[in-house]
Amino acid sequence: MVSVLFGIIRTPRYKKRMAALPEPTSAQTPLIQSASEQPVIDLQGLGITFGRRPILKNLKGDLRGKSIGLLGPNGAGKTTLIHTLLGFHEPTAGTAKIFGLDIFDQAKEIKALVGYMPERDSFIAKMSAVHFVRLMGELSGLPREAALERAHEALFYVGLGEARYRKLETYSLGMKQLAKLAQAIVHGPRLIFLDEPTNGLDPPARLRMIKLIREIRDSGQANIVLSSHLLLDVEECCDEILILRDGQIAVYCNLEEERKSNRKFLMLETRGDQARFVKAVAALGCEYAISGEHRLKLVMQEGVDVKDLYRIAAEEQLQIRRLSYKRDSLEDIFLKAMENGHGGL
Amino acid sequence: MAVYEQTYKRYEGPLTPEWSRFLIIPRYAFRSVFKSKLFSVFFVICFLPLLAEAILIYLHHNISALAIMKINVREIIPIDASFFQTFVTIQGAFAFFVALLVGPPLVARDLRNNALPLYLCRPFSRTEYVMGKMSVLLILLSFITWIPQLLLFALQSYLEGFTWFRDNLWIANSILICSVVWILLLSLLSQAISALLKWRVVASGAILGIFFIPLAFSQIINVIFSTRWGSLISLFSLINNVSSGLFGNFSGVAETFEYTDMNGRDVQILITQPPLWLSWAVICSVCLMCLALLSWKVKAYEVVK
Repeated sequence: MVSVLFGIIRTPRYKKRMAALPEPTSAQTPLIQSASEQPVIDLQGLGITFGRRPILKNLKGDLRGKSIGLLGPNGAGKTTLIHTLLGFHEPTAGTAKIFGLDIFDQAKEIKALVGYMPERDSFIAKMSAVHFVRLMGELSGLPREAALERAHEALFYVGLGEARYRKLETYSLGMKQLAKLAQAIVHGPRLIFLDEPTNGLDPPARLRMIKLIREIRDSGQANIVLSSHLLLDVEECCDEILILRDGQIAVYCNLEEERKSNRKFLMLETRGDQARFVKAVAALGCEYAISGEHRLKLVMQEGVDVKDLYRIAAEEQLQIRRLSYKRDSLEDIFLKAMENGHGGL
Repeated sequence: MAVYEQTYKRYEGPLTPEWSRFLIIPRYAFRSVFKSKLFSVFFVICFLPLLAEAILIYLHHNISALAIMKINVREIIPIDASFFQTFVTIQGAFAFFVALLVGPPLVARDLRNNALPLYLCRPFSRTEYVMGKMSVLLILLSFITWIPQLLLFALQSYLEGFTWFRDNLWIANSILICSVVWILLLSLLSQAISALLKWRVVASGAILGIFFIPLAFSQIINVIFSTRWGSLISLFSLINNVSSGLFGNFSGVAETFEYTDMNGRDVQILITQPPLWLSWAVICSVCLMCLALLSWKVKAYEVVK
């Protein structure tokens, strides 16, 4: 009875969902693949519906980055995706795998490998930070002594060493965020989910948090999934980004590759009839975006040179007052994803 | 990740067995509970009736002490099923107050501070969480109910001899079952209410209400309708019935009235108790409802549909 109540026995909805999945091929069967082949997160048509409201729709893709940024406007499904990957919600369609382990069938094995820093204020009342982090370590399976040792280490690491014997209720918001990070890393997980880690932090505290995240990433000991609506945080910490819009993947790309790619933006400041100019530029195959009455963004195509632009401008009697190169920033990627809806850039 | 190194490092040491992890919760909870001096004093007071019980058992077998006191304790208070039932009831009352003090904040505090995602994002299931929280009360209440009672039963058996032990072994079973049912009911109810009402004071009030308001109503029903079936809505009466059943003191007829009617005939009115199985059924139903409530409320995040 207890098992049924607490969801140990599979529900009919689960059985139905699993029946709808394709049979695994022999290539998919082995649980442990070599580290280079194995995606960190493998989304296999993952869908979540709350009541009649679809929250995540048919998410597919292999996320392999060392540090993956989860971006999207409020309500895009970022937090729901993290909660589903942590096994808090049962998928209504498809499934996902973390390090090759199914999020529903092997939830316990996955939870032993991950750390989670929730978005909301979460702590255990009437406990000092060191007791709190130690308890979290013990719940993750660490023996008492090891948990205590690592709790001290984690708190020193995040910068709460001097305040570790204070009750959590007396902590400031920034300190609580750091304590949440400490509990997420105390057991040394392979994958760390950070849900809006810089929420409510002042600039120095934010910089400290970003520095810690980058240090963890650069240690090579753990992968990071960072959910944020602050583009700057993601840009500073992540090498891959997944942009969600209305519960669907709008963009998934490697930020570094995007930055390194030859696709350069040109920012133009003009005077004159822009409409005829952009028509002529588009005829050359260049993508463009009008960002103001006298401002244009152009993506240069191969074979098209700046001289061609000046030529067209002269023909269309348009003055080019300023011309500057601008690399594809995360903001551009994000804004384009919001405009396009689906697909890449 | 040593303090002086200040780098992130994975843990690669040994892990504790999964089955034992739910016991981490009571260990931390006891530390917090016994920080209160008031509670510690009250917990010690809970053992005073047991001390009295031990003294009575001792006096029964100490002829010189009986001679000094010049009273026959053996006749005044015989050591039989009723003797143990009385002390089980007294300890049950203490258990109720311990549950009232310890139970309400257990789940409520975690819900209020959004701590459940922190527990459940680890290799620690909802069942283990509920078991852990339940075991806080189960362990505490066991120490003041069936464990000492069984030890005293063993003392009595030792002093009285093997024949007494063999003939009265069923009393030990009754002590165990009656106490376990009571502390299980108390633990489940206090956890369920704690999960439902996030504020400690409100939850404590609700627990008192659940036990005492139906008790008052059951008395009113019993008096108005000259029955005992009203006791089906009172948890105190139900556990009392179960206890009487287990210790062999349950009678289907609660009271008998005799009077002579207008025609001069002798009339006998029997006021019957509800059957014992019905008391068991109601207690089991309450436990199942508490489990269902816990299953509904103990979640990492509540989904708004």
